[in-house]
Amino acid sequence: MDAASLPGALDLVASGGAGLSPEKRAALGASLPLLQRDYRFERVWFWGRIQGLRGAYYIAEGLGPDRAAPRSRLYSLNCVEWSLLPPASEEMVAQAEKLKGRFQGDPSFEYELAEIKAEDAEKLTEDGQEPVIKEEARLVATIEQIDKAVGIIPRGSFVKTPLGSVHENRNFEGLSLTEAKKLSSYFHLTEPVNLKNKTLLEKADLDPSTDFLDSLEHDIPKGSWTVQLEKGGVVVVLRSLLWLGLTFYHVPMTKQYGYVYFGTGEKNLDLPFML
Amino acid sequence: MAEPPGEPRPEARAGPAAGRDRGAQEQSWPEEGPEQPPYEGFEPEEVPPWPRQPGLGPAAYEYQGVRQASGQPQELRRSVYQPPAPSQDPYRAQDQRGSFYQPHAPGQAPYQSETPEQYLCQPHGTEQGPYEPEVSEIAVSERYALGQDSYRTEEPRQSAYESYAAGLDPYQTHEPRSVYETYTLQEDPYQAYEPGHGPYQPHEPGYGLYQPGYSTYDEQVPDPNPRMLAMQNAKAYLLKSSTTSGLNLYDHLANMLTKILDEQPTNAVDIIENISKDVKWAQFRKKMDTLRDEHEILPTFEVAEKRKALFLKVHGEGDEELEDEIAETPLPNVMETAFYFEQAGIGLSKDETYHILLALKQLISVQPIQTCRFWGKILGLEMNYIIAEVQYNDRAEEEEAEDEEDNEEGGKAMSEDKGGDEDEEKQEDDEPPQSTYRPPPVIPKEDNGTGTNKYVYFVCNEPGKPWVKLPPVTPAQIVCARKIKKFFTGRLDAPVVSFPPFPGNEANYLRAQIARISAGTQICPIGFYQFGEEEGDEEEEGGGGRDTYEENPDFQPLSVVEMVDSLSTWVHHTQNILKQGRCVWLNPFQKSEEEEEGEEEEKAEETDEVQQEIGPPLLTPVSEDEGIQNVPAWTAQYSTNLVPQYAVAILQSNRWPGAYAFASGRRFDNIYLGWGHKYSPENHTPSLPPPVQTEYPSGPEITETNDPTVEEEQALKAAQEEALAAAGEEEEEEEDEDEDEDD
Repeated sequence: MDAASLPGALDLVASGGAGLSPEKRAALGASLPLLQRDYRFERVWFWGRIQGLRGAYYIAEGLGPDRAAPRSRLYSLNCVEWSLLPPASEEMVAQAEKLKGRFQGDPSFEYELAEIKAEDAEKLTEDGQEPVIKEEARLVATIEQIDKAVGIIPRGSFVKTPLGSVHENRNFEGLSLTEAKKLSSYFHLTEPVNLKNKTLLEKADLDPSTDFLDSLEHDIPKGSWTVQLEKGGVVVVLRSLLWLGLTFYHVPMTKQYGYVYFGTGEKNLDLPFML
Repeated sequence: MAEPPGEPRPEARAGPAAGRDRGAQEQSWPEEGPEQPPYEGFEPEEVPPWPRQPGLGPAAYEYQGVRQASGQPQELRRSVYQPPAPSQDPYRAQDQRGSFYQPHAPGQAPYQSETPEQYLCQPHGTEQGPYEPEVSEIAVSERYALGQDSYRTEEPRQSAYESYAAGLDPYQTHEPRSVYETYTLQEDPYQAYEPGHGPYQPHEPGYGLYQPGYSTYDEQVPDPNPRMLAMQNAKAYLLKSSTTSGLNLYDHLANMLTKILDEQPTNAVDIIENISKDVKWAQFRKKMDTLRDEHEILPTFEVAEKRKALFLKVHGEGDEELEDEIAETPLPNVMETAFYFEQAGIGLSKDETYHILLALKQLISVQPIQTCRFWGKILGLEMNYIIAEVQYNDRAEEEEAEDEEDNEEGGKAMSEDKGGDEDEEKQEDDEPPQSTYRPPPVIPKEDNGTGTNKYVYFVCNEPGKPWVKLPPVTPAQIVCARKIKKFFTGRLDAPVVSFPPFPGNEANYLRAQIARISAGTQICPIGFYQFGEEEGDEEEEGGGGRDTYEENPDFQPLSVVEMVDSLSTWVHHTQNILKQGRCVWLNPFQKSEEEEEGEEEEKAEETDEVQQEIGPPLLTPVSEDEGIQNVPAWTAQYSTNLVPQYAVAILQSNRWPGAYAFASGRRFDNIYLGWGHKYSPENHTPSLPPPVQTEYPSGPEITETNDPTVEEEQALKAAQEEALAAAGEEEEEEEDEDEDEDD
């Protein structure tokens, strides 16, 4: 969610039970604009919080002029001091997928990968192999996975210019109520995968400036999103069941929308059994 | 080209390429970008007479041009906003403002807004410059007609300027066309505006040759009359009403420009299509019935009505009731607990919490309730559940118990009848072997007010909706709920499709999960509760120990630091559920309850050995909770590190993510906000079906043995004869025979 609209937005997603304490809200209100200044971001999003066993990570994302470019991610343990995270590499993501269990809450914690025991791991690190993976890398990989899998925006909120860059659509007035209840009105904010597989008939109806992303309609498994009208029908809240804790909100017919993650940072692999 | 450059200019400004433009028209204004295709090298035959049509909007070309043009910035005509000729046009006033949009240095600035006409009338070569917006006479029309073709470049005409138009050459070498021709062409929109396919494209050379009235050698119109006529024609065309929508282009453009000039958005050129769309939409809205809008938001209104009902006070009670209400009300102070949880960032929004408070108040006024607590919220797929934990008044409890017994007895009576029928059948002969399967005994549920059924739970989907009571939970449901993991849908009557099949619907599953969560995560600071003083009860109750507690009047609250540092300062105040599904162990094979506490007895029953199950007794410290793998069961934190004086101790459960507890001084509470599932680091594996039952016991009677071979039979025969012969040595021979038979 956008840093500027943080207080109001937190109220809208609070129906899931997770939120921020007044102290953290105040701290974010002070530190996020400073992030914007220091890193020269055009937009700063408060991405969410990953709860570890001994502490929590607060994550912020910074966006540049091209909103679809890879975003810079920062984390903080107290919402005041932020550290930049390295960009996610595929190797990191692949390694992090093997890890199971909760985050510890300590960024320098080292996980040993599967077979290797803790004692041997230290010896092996000298060989140049790296059987350990730091929690920081796991954090990066998890955020990347979550963004890729369930980071969503309403249709029409971003436009792609003919030069390829993506900007916010100044003319986006919000989805109507009927549109807001449909999954096809929301897009994944990542490289589209299914777009080219659409039939020509479908493509003919698309508007290349706004329909350049994958919609949620064809997400697998079907039913991995819940759509609810909260607060007396005022706000539409989408919750992901694949990554429990990802909440997206949108107030129909207004420009307010955003998503935030409050959770443990673990993928819900039991989803097919639970539906 | 007969006219000197200076003169035609002001006029030329009027109506940029009005009569000539084809294709994208309302866009032609915003779209006239800086690129006037330079006109160098164009020694065209003639400059077609340019109709000086002051003040006309971009000429009437099909709207199609818009579509194509919009995607192509190069389409933009430079003279986007050509002010119409000063003295000729009602829109002239806009000219002055028009200059706002475009620099008007005639012929000098790179992004000059000069109408094509000007160029047409100008001798070539007079205005040369690197960025000279030289327009080929004809090109004007093609410029617009181009639409898609703007990218065509024709070398001879390229000037440095064209490079702006990213390779676009809207100004094709077309022969000059007369005004009249353009109109002809326009009347045939499809012909005039082919999207770049097929022959005879407007942009292709030689296009005009095939058009009627198109002459390669047309001159510009020397005298004004034809020009006026052309202008009127153009305007007439613009005023033509659309057959489908009833609008006409002239008015639409006028409205659009008025709106732009009134609002003066930044970078209007980038959003011109949307502005156009908005203007059209605004038109339509007036004509449509407003009822249509209201239908759309009706559901919101209904919900708002329900919520409003919460706020209405039931008038009918006097002031005495008011005092009663204030004095001893079971209504929990939900807002206060919400405040403490909010310090840790846990909880629902204040709005929602307040609505819940009012809903609870409604519940209390309807049901005879002694204590009430906001238990929490469980999220579901379609709707969520708000759960209240309630204890009835004593009288109400008895009534309830009676009701339930009646129901159960009714059920039992039916089953007894069935049993009777079966007995009769057993007496018949020649019946197939009886199945030796006896279903495991049904473990009876605990009484209301004890164990897992200590509290009664009410749920509603949203504050304002009616509260529904959940049925008491049975051990079978708890045992099954431990094996399955399903999301709640939000409808209490939804079936739970799972394996092992859940005995009940979603209401039962919800109740079972609530029971599990309560048993696992309801904690309080140590010392707050203490056991009752009656020792005599201990022997009668099961190995679980005491199950009642009372508030300790001498409770000394511990400091927050102590509460957070050590988990042994917290204790469970809900009984642990045994593996059996009950809090108090019940031997299913015994009719009478005779348990001895503290001993593990192995009672060897007919088929099973039933061990008495013992769980942690009530009021065990939380520090003894087992973690899952290497994850501790609880995480303790301060609500704030910056202000330790007012910090609140917060505990989060890791076994049941979503269960929280806080303690601050004498105040403490628990809440659950989550999906209603236990945490498991391993993936959920559904239970496998049980092994196939043996159909019959296998024993020697049924087992096939090998038939004796011929040799064996003969040996047997011989042996038997020997046995008869030697009667005295029977024993040994029998043994031999036995051995032989066994072979």
